Amino acid sequence: MSGYVPHTPDDIREMLEAVGVASIEDLFSVIPPALRPRSFNLPEGKTEFEVTEYLARLARKNATHLVNFVGGGFYDHFIPAAVDAIASRAEWVTSYTPYQPECSQGWLQALYEYQTFICELTGMDVANASLYDGGTALYEASLMAIRATGRNRIVMDSGVNLIYRTMLRTYTSNLSIEFVEVPVEGMRTSRDGFFSKIDDRTAAVILQNPNFFGTVDDHTDIVEEAHRRGALAIQSVYPVALGMVKSPGEMGADIATGEGQSLGIPLSFGGPYLGFMACRQELVRQMPGRIAGATVDREGRRGFVLTLQTREQHIRREKATSNICSNESLCALRAAVFCALMGARGFAELAQVNYHKAEFAKRVLTSIAGVSLACDAPTFNEFAVRLPRNADEVVYRMFDRTFACGFPLGRFYRGMDNFLLVAVTEKRTREEILTMASALEAVL
Amino acid sequence: MVPPSRDVPSAAPLPERVRRRTQLKFPEVSELDVVRHYTGLSRLNFCVDTHFYPLGSCTMKYNPKFAERVASLDGFTRCHPLLPQLMGGGMLAQGCLEVLYELEQLLKEITGMAAFTLQPLAGAHGELTGAMLIAAYHKARGDRRKYVIVPDSSHGTNPASAAIAGYEVVVIPTGRDGSMDIDAYRRSLSPSAAAVMLTCPDTLGLFDDRIAEIARMAHEAGALMYYDGANLNAMLGKCRPGDIGFDVVHLNLHKTFSTPHGGGGPGAGPVGVCEKLVRFLPISRVIRRPDGTFFLNYDYPDSIGYIAPFYGNFGVLLKAFAYILLLGRQGLIEVSERAVLNANYLRQRLKPLYDIAFDRPCMHECVFSAARQARQGVRAIDIAKALIDRGCHPPTVYFPLIVKEALMIEPTETESKETLDAFVEAMAEIARLAETAPSVLRDAPVTTPVRRLDEAKAAREPDLRWRGESMP
Repeated sequence: MSGYVPHTPDDIREMLEAVGVASIEDLFSVIPPALRPRSFNLPEGKTEFEVTEYLARLARKNATHLVNFVGGGFYDHFIPAAVDAIASRAEWVTSYTPYQPECSQGWLQALYEYQTFICELTGMDVANASLYDGGTALYEASLMAIRATGRNRIVMDSGVNLIYRTMLRTYTSNLSIEFVEVPVEGMRTSRDGFFSKIDDRTAAVILQNPNFFGTVDDHTDIVEEAHRRGALAIQSVYPVALGMVKSPGEMGADIATGEGQSLGIPLSFGGPYLGFMACRQELVRQMPGRIAGATVDREGRRGFVLTLQTREQHIRREKATSNICSNESLCALRAAVFCALMGARGFAELAQVNYHKAEFAKRVLTSIAGVSLACDAPTFNEFAVRLPRNADEVVYRMFDRTFACGFPLGRFYRGMDNFLLVAVTEKRTREEILTMASALEAVL
Repeated sequence: MVPPSRDVPSAAPLPERVRRRTQLKFPEVSELDVVRHYTGLSRLNFCVDTHFYPLGSCTMKYNPKFAERVASLDGFTRCHPLLPQLMGGGMLAQGCLEVLYELEQLLKEITGMAAFTLQPLAGAHGELTGAMLIAAYHKARGDRRKYVIVPDSSHGTNPASAAIAGYEVVVIPTGRDGSMDIDAYRRSLSPSAAAVMLTCPDTLGLFDDRIAEIARMAHEAGALMYYDGANLNAMLGKCRPGDIGFDVVHLNLHKTFSTPHGGGGPGAGPVGVCEKLVRFLPISRVIRRPDGTFFLNYDYPDSIGYIAPFYGNFGVLLKAFAYILLLGRQGLIEVSERAVLNANYLRQRLKPLYDIAFDRPCMHECVFSAARQARQGVRAIDIAKALIDRGCHPPTVYFPLIVKEALMIEPTETESKETLDAFVEAMAEIARLAETAPSVLRDAPVTTPVRRLDEAKAAREPDLRWRGESMP
């Protein structure tokens, strides 16, 4: 007995009588003997204490002592206690999609607020109520562009996270979609590349800002070229950077997507995360996923509902804009609470703290003999340095000195074996940056 | 809130041309005001911890608290997902890798499948992954197949997933007894059929005893069998999709394995496959070395590739792992037994009051029709709203699409007889009112912060974000 099923023996007897069968097993008599399990060889149950102890032991097998300079699109940010306090309330955690608006107004308003925060950050008109992660969001954006333009060619910057580029290729392998990749030039978006690849068959360009190398760009010229050829512009962005970096809306982009993990969501070994998506008003009926909207009730009071549902699978089935059903609502709530706690000034300052700490780390690291900046383009909180030796080995040797000192770019890009990508969030102190630099100097 | 301090000298500002021009219009309020605002909002939601929530097909069971605590342990939440992809980094994430490896073993045994990927981030994402695996299988055999077969009672995600994977969709009608029309099914099979997607028990809560025959026919036509595991809560220890002959299975861990639904996610939708599809699974896969340590293997040349950024919704997987370990073999069997007992009890008690869609013993859920009440002008939606006034979350309404005025009720195993009896009382009162005072029901709900909302207006004049000077 787990303690989660409440029936007493009397209950069971009375219920079986009401149903008119002699035993619980009779309820399963419709399943023929030939279809009964050939095996169901699972361990017997354990107590809550035993399971908790076992999993706490596993948690301790992970290295939590490492000071983290690894980013790569997924960042070690500070999470205010109030985010956990609010988001752990059962009224959020143990409810489901707000199909019945009158008893789900809390969720619907929270999602409406989340959509507003995402629109504010990205500078776009409308946002949906969340997608799975930054990669699936980028894929959904590509499909949106293909539907909206009736074209099937996507021109994508190789500065887009390799993980996302690989996901896009996986998802579209059975669809007639042509991907053209534009290699970066000196870790920056190649203008020549984009200007020569965008053509009249292009449905969309896909850009990332900051790109995988941390480089911050103004993609306005590429967006304008895309528009001139009748294509849409999709930009994948890092929300914390938007506290100071030019937004997709300000560059004229049509669809903004990204990974919302940095907005109050723990790293948790890869999920759950938060895919966000925002777009221009004209594209709203092409958007995938849930959307919360404001309306009025019978007495004229303001209230919220899920809206534009004729886009969705439960109505349109095979003609829906996407197959998404469950999304990442609880993570979207965390993001909304995070933004509300930060406020406009706090959020802008958070971006500044990241920027200045990373700039400091840049100076400290490049003062080490043999270490140089990989590229002189502006960066936000992550940058690449060239090391005098293989970055993989350096990272490995730095583990012993309690540092996860960065991501070796050779893992994702050919010919970059000596390059290290270093992320510095607001959590890294001056002391940690200096100690990491001395450790690195010793290892090199 | 003040972010961590700038304990470093200031650098030159970011160049003007890449800098943000417009100021963020976020509210500037105290922490108390934020906490009070969201706490206030949270109290407007019905949830499992506060209300009976018999939302059919969604399996809104109790979510154990200890799983939440385990998933919030620092050792898990602070682990960077790129760590095991670095040289020697796998040894720094052995705890996470062990969770993934062991959970996969348990799911294999529960379903009778040869291998699992834990990466799909929700049920529908699992369906898409499954459809891509099916496509990869046929493609590798040089077999170009065009369409996927789904019954008309299926979840909307099934045809939608098949369609975005590049397949056409062929829909099979439901026969008079609530099961798939077998003749129409037979006619739909051809060398162009890639797969048959079924939910078992189906969305009517019925177990089709011809399922093995249906699988045999699909296989003879060279099609694969896809199992939508949304309704696995009825099957634990009673029947395994792998034994029936299903080739691909997705599970909704947020249903059967009791991870919380979180207002619509995050979920997790692991996909299991039979032996001949293992080589197509997404990368990476977690492998145990002879010395008992674990590593990520990316070396699968036939793999469909990456379907998620990393290893799945790890935090969700962890909660399901904790739940399975705690319940164990007997506990899991008991889950299905009590879920089916509760559903049949409600079926029997409600039968005199409402029309039942198909009068057969059900599995974990039962579908009624408000057709009788509709003749008095009371529709399923009115019954749903009247239940809200009586402290119950409504059942799923108007689904499956094949039942007029459908009320799809799934009580789950964690509800007591007292709760079910109270629900029956509420449903009885509503049935009486439908006869005597139908307008009262059409006015429901009256106890909620807002009355019925104008959904047409919401769609006609979309107001999807705050546009005022400051936030709401």
